Amino acid sequence: MEVKGEIYRVAGPVVTITGIKPKMYDVVKVGYEGLMGEVIKIQGDKATVQVYEDTSGIKPGEPVENTGMSLSVELGPGLLESIYDGIQRPLKVLQEKMGDFIQRGVTADGLDREKMWDFKSVVSSGDSVKGGDVIGVVQETTNIEHKIMVPPDMSGTVSEIKNGKFTVAETICVLADGTGLQMMQRWPVRQPRPVAKKLMPNKPLITGQRILDGLFPVAKGGTAAIPGPFGSGKTVTQQQLAKWSDTDIVVYIGCGERGNEMADVLNEFPELEDPKTGRPLMERTILIANTSNMPVAAREASVYTGITIAEYYRDMGYDVSLMADSTSRWAESMREISSRLEEMPGEEGYPAYLSARLSEFYERAGYAHVLSGGNGSITVIGAVSPPGGDFSEPVTQNTLRIVKVFWALDAKLSQKRHFPSINWLTSYSLYTQGLADWFTENVAPDWIDLRDNAMDILQQESELQEIVQLVGSDALPEDQQLTLEIARMIREYFLQQNAFHPVDTYCPFDKQYKLLKSISRYGEMANAALESGVPMGDIISVESKDELAKVKFEEDFDSALNVVMTKMDDEFAKLGGK
Amino acid sequence: MTKEYKTITEVSGPLIFLEKTEPVGFGELVQINLPDGTTKRGQVLDTSAETVVVQVFEGTGGLNDESGVVFTGETIKLSVAKDMLGRILSGSGEPLDGGPRIVPDDRIDVNGASMNPYSRMPPKDFIQTGISTIDGTNTLVRGQKLPIFSGSGLPHNEIALQIARQAKVLGSDEQFAVVFAAMGITNEEAQYFMEDFEKTGALERAVVFLNLADDPAVERLITPRMALTAAEYLAYEHDMHVLVILTDITNYCEALRQMGAAREEVPGRRGYPGYMYTDLASLYERAGVIKGKKGSVTQFSILTMPGDDITHPIPDLSGYITEGQIVVSRELHRKGIYPPINVLPSLSRLMNSGIGEGQTREDHKAVSDQMYALYAEGRDMRGLVAIVGKDALSERDQKVLEFADLFEDRFVRQGRDEDRHIIDDTMRIAWEILAELPQAQLVRVDNKFIDKYHPAHKIKSE
Ligand SMILES: Nc1ncnc2c1ncn2[C@@H]1O[C@H](COP(=O)(O)OP(=O)(O)O)[C@@H](O)[C@H]1O
Ligand SMILES: [Mg+2]
Repeated sequence: MEVKGEIYRVAGPVVTITGIKPKMYDVVKVGYEGLMGEVIKIQGDKATVQVYEDTSGIKPGEPVENTGMSLSVELGPGLLESIYDGIQRPLKVLQEKMGDFIQRGVTADGLDREKMWDFKSVVSSGDSVKGGDVIGVVQETTNIEHKIMVPPDMSGTVSEIKNGKFTVAETICVLADGTGLQMMQRWPVRQPRPVAKKLMPNKPLITGQRILDGLFPVAKGGTAAIPGPFGSGKTVTQQQLAKWSDTDIVVYIGCGERGNEMADVLNEFPELEDPKTGRPLMERTILIANTSNMPVAAREASVYTGITIAEYYRDMGYDVSLMADSTSRWAESMREISSRLEEMPGEEGYPAYLSARLSEFYERAGYAHVLSGGNGSITVIGAVSPPGGDFSEPVTQNTLRIVKVFWALDAKLSQKRHFPSINWLTSYSLYTQGLADWFTENVAPDWIDLRDNAMDILQQESELQEIVQLVGSDALPEDQQLTLEIARMIREYFLQQNAFHPVDTYCPFDKQYKLLKSISRYGEMANAALESGVPMGDIISVESKDELAKVKFEEDFDSALNVVMTKMDDEFAKLGGK
Repeated sequence: MTKEYKTITEVSGPLIFLEKTEPVGFGELVQINLPDGTTKRGQVLDTSAETVVVQVFEGTGGLNDESGVVFTGETIKLSVAKDMLGRILSGSGEPLDGGPRIVPDDRIDVNGASMNPYSRMPPKDFIQTGISTIDGTNTLVRGQKLPIFSGSGLPHNEIALQIARQAKVLGSDEQFAVVFAAMGITNEEAQYFMEDFEKTGALERAVVFLNLADDPAVERLITPRMALTAAEYLAYEHDMHVLVILTDITNYCEALRQMGAAREEVPGRRGYPGYMYTDLASLYERAGVIKGKKGSVTQFSILTMPGDDITHPIPDLSGYITEGQIVVSRELHRKGIYPPINVLPSLSRLMNSGIGEGQTREDHKAVSDQMYALYAEGRDMRGLVAIVGKDALSERDQKVLEFADLFEDRFVRQGRDEDRHIIDDTMRIAWEILAELPQAQLVRVDNKFIDKYHPAHKIKSE
């Protein structure tokens, strides 16, 4: 039974329809070309639809058809290594179908219908299964075993189960009530997938970035925001996280940002190795690219598409991390649609539900006991792009009320090419306490002390700087001059990390520890020397101190560090310090 | 023939409202016939069974309910052909040079479809502009969008022209085709560009679109789209490397704001429409390189920052989309330095892929980072010296202070026609000024580069 309505009005991406009675969030096909859209408002006999494609040339009176389904994604083997637009159309397929520029009215399945996957069952007929249970596995990439699960809202007794090569749409299992299960399932993107129980995050996400791991760690299953003006390092940091984080799966959403940045990821990731598995990074990655010049309604959807895919892999018991660059563009797409609907604007024109949408999104992160049995996590890291770099604006403020980690980017630092330009005085992590035990056990017993001490020196530096601004550094007592020098070493040797340096781009925890330890060792020896009367000028000009600046770039870090530290001991011995 | 409607019910600013039409397509091109026989063009902004709203490009002056409206059934298109090169067109694509109409090889929708990110080839070919502050520290690559952020009265036009004259890819004689779009600039400024193009012969490989200060503001909304359509056509159909200069983005944004106000939209920050980011992206993102195609579109646009304020919505939203920005500074201009480019707030996001071994030289990145760090510190030091005097600085800090002066004087400052070679000039000067500091202070440069390129070592080894 097909009920057709018609278009009443077209104003950009917002189309009003009449003649059918859809439900909220139903997907409708608009016009002769069947452009995909979603119902976002119902009023009397009219409904308003946000259309995911360009509406130029579309006329009132053209037909409209309701699919009766909500906006959903296809979940199954073949997600990994894909690049999708905001509504899960594979960009590679779009390119094959219509060339280098995206034309409208083309549909494409999220999952390849032709490809055969080798399905190995893990249940037998007669077994009873419920939502989330694993019925079989597929080797999706070299390291990722894709678990085929019963959709969360289904259960029954297995009456038939197959093994062998199948496409995602073929039935591989039949339940006693006759329901057929396929490797592919659909899930409405605006609805979180259920878990058995949410747990407290208790392990850090190891990123290989010193300022993140060392000073402001995020937990696996935690949430972090990285706000900053343009050019301060949001995208590079997000990409560093996507590259080097010790997670099983990465979902990277380019939401309203540059096309070239996505092309970069596509180019680079197949060439880079996952430090954990040695396999190409692309094998664990899913990209969602709805760039700034692609339709805004699909930009609004892209974040939901991404998080739903992340939840699906979490449900298999994997650690997933999701980067959204940038959540501000997502918020702006809400604002754009809302203003076309002539809704009452809230702060700075954003809809009143902005804050609710943001928290619903971040709430889908977490560490959880999943329905399939094990534990899985989703870590969400959102970039925020505040207008004029002013953190008091609504998206930044609403985000900071939700997330547990704040990496504050600072234009003053990026202008000096201090990277990552994360301000060490204003950033924070609320996980530091909860992860302390983990660090003590897995990094070093004195790690927490080293870190706290470094933070303390940086804090002292900022206070001393105020005095220096008035009287010059030469007027400070010698021990304070030394503090300034050590603070400079912490900033330049430890915190600065060049994402584009072949060696320094990724720094294992062991190396982070040794670096900080060596700086601290210089501090101890220098302070002791000062106390026993060695002149400040001599202490500052020990050569090994300057050499320490460059050991982080050495391939053979350990032996380079050894050479420098042995020299440092010698030099201080000669100075006559203790 | 297509039907003419005389059902205008309201004229308001640049908009007209009509009733009782057949179904009209969104975005359709509209022709308006005035009682005096002249015609204007417009575009459908909102269409429903009852009312159609049209924005009129040439302004609504002279329009009344006697005027006839014809819906053309198609969106705005530009006639393109290879012999557009050398032509001067109006802001809506009509010949202004007295020459014949373009015999179209194709007619292309000016809005352009979005490039599939999957089809993009990350830009990486180093363009030598001959200007050290760009080549050395904010490298431009082919297919990049890198605007100049300037202020009124600063020499951004000179800089843009110097780049248009000098830009080349090393080891290739191929010259860029130039697509120049004026949006609301004065006749005098436009003349300045045209004379330079004529003098240097660049006009032969240029397409010029002129919407001047006294042309209708609404037309400005399509001028850059015309220009980019022409650029894409030349790049992707005729394998040309095209340099697009749009000037001035600020005038474009003002027109956008004016239209928003006329439509009584809820304004965003400082009165600019909430969708300005998306709108600007639909221009800027039309730069790039496509896998498997020979040509490319590079954008080097000019934007004057109202009140020299980089946080103003126009530069701010632009900076969020473009691949960096070259910032022209009033302070350096007052000091008499040309080109007065302040490298600190400047950035080229694609620099890393355009430099290094095989492109420029292996030490390029390290040298650039080192100069940035020292110059930033040196400038801070200037502020300090003003309060505490030079003597209160440590020896190390004094060196840094001196570096900042050397940097401005030798690296930044250059002649208006000085075309510096990246290695022989720009990198040489960089090393010469770095060599004024003790080697231990060059912490950003790997030792192997110091051994190889530091003047002190080079002399020894020669
Ligand atoms: N960790 C880093 N190491 C080296 N360079 C960096 C780093 N972070 C940022 N940058 C530099 O800053 C530029 C802007 O960073 P990006 O992440 O694109 O900024 P945003 O996304 O905030 O606009 C980059 O092109 C790069 O040159
Ligand atoms: Mg970015």
